[in-house]
Amino acid sequence: MTPLLYYIAFSALLFSIGLAGALTRRNAILVLIGIELMLNAANLNFIAFWRYSANANELTGIMFVIFSIGIAAAEAAVGLAIVIAIYRHYRTSQLNNVDNLKG
Amino acid sequence: MPIAFFVLAAVTLAGAICAMSLRNLVHCGLCLALTFAGLAAIYLQLSAEFVGLAQILVYVGAVAVLIVFTILLTKNAEVNISPVSRSWVVGLVVAIIVCASLIVPLMKSPSLQRAPGMTPNASVRLIGEKLMTQYVIPLEAIALVLTAALLGAVVIAMRDEPENKVGRGVPTAPRAGSGEGIESSSASPRRAEDSTPYHDAGVAAANRPVGPSSTT
Repeated sequence: MTPLLYYIAFSALLFSIGLAGALTRRNAILVLIGIELMLNAANLNFIAFWRYSANANELTGIMFVIFSIGIAAAEAAVGLAIVIAIYRHYRTSQLNNVDNLKG
Repeated sequence: MPIAFFVLAAVTLAGAICAMSLRNLVHCGLCLALTFAGLAAIYLQLSAEFVGLAQILVYVGAVAVLIVFTILLTKNAEVNISPVSRSWVVGLVVAIIVCASLIVPLMKSPSLQRAPGMTPNASVRLIGEKLMTQYVIPLEAIALVLTAALLGAVVIAMRDEPENKVGRGVPTAPRAGSGEGIESSSASPRRAEDSTPYHDAGVAAANRPVGPSSTT
């Protein structure tokens, strides 16, 4: 069986890739993709720690991940709606050009 | 050696790196779907079947498709500029520092070397029973959150400009001719400029009497 360390290290790598993308890309959609990757890395941590815990029959990790997936879906829907609204207003989805609060 | 885990992890990490580094945004969205599918397979490997299938349903089925739709709805014509921001070195350094500060303590932690326990009973029936008894309040809360997010997303993304422009523009056209341009001046100059497909010539005429005030 795979040691727990492999899962956690893999999750850390996934989180770092998402963080790097969210910090470096110009496009608002790519930043949202990076945030989704970071959320998925956190979910993988929950599942891995749940599987390797002493009393896994409590299903706490699974429950947390189910609610986390729901929150992430809501976040993606609202975030992409905001991207579409910004695009309609500014005719761009590049974050460097969106620098006006009043519009 | 856990070969299955390494194959899945390599595919997932490659998908994530491609999703974050490719220039074509549609390719990024499809690589993201690959990453989500790989994560779902890893969940299945960890004997969390329900979460793995929910991951496929929600992420591969809904979120990735939503992202691809958004990419297609927002035209990205500026291919000649760099896809990364000017301070990308700083972002990359920060990410590498975060990665190192996560990995290095993990390597030294003795508690991560433990073996898994018995295969837990995570049947859908058990999950449903727990959702309906112990976790019923979070379940209701997340139902509210999802409903509010659905309504909010529709309201934010709804295109309300055409009927507003027609309703506001046409009746004010004769009034502007009679010298009263108060209502037509409430439309900001930027909106009047870049929404020409929905405009009749009457709105432009309606904005013209208040020209000195609205062009400032």
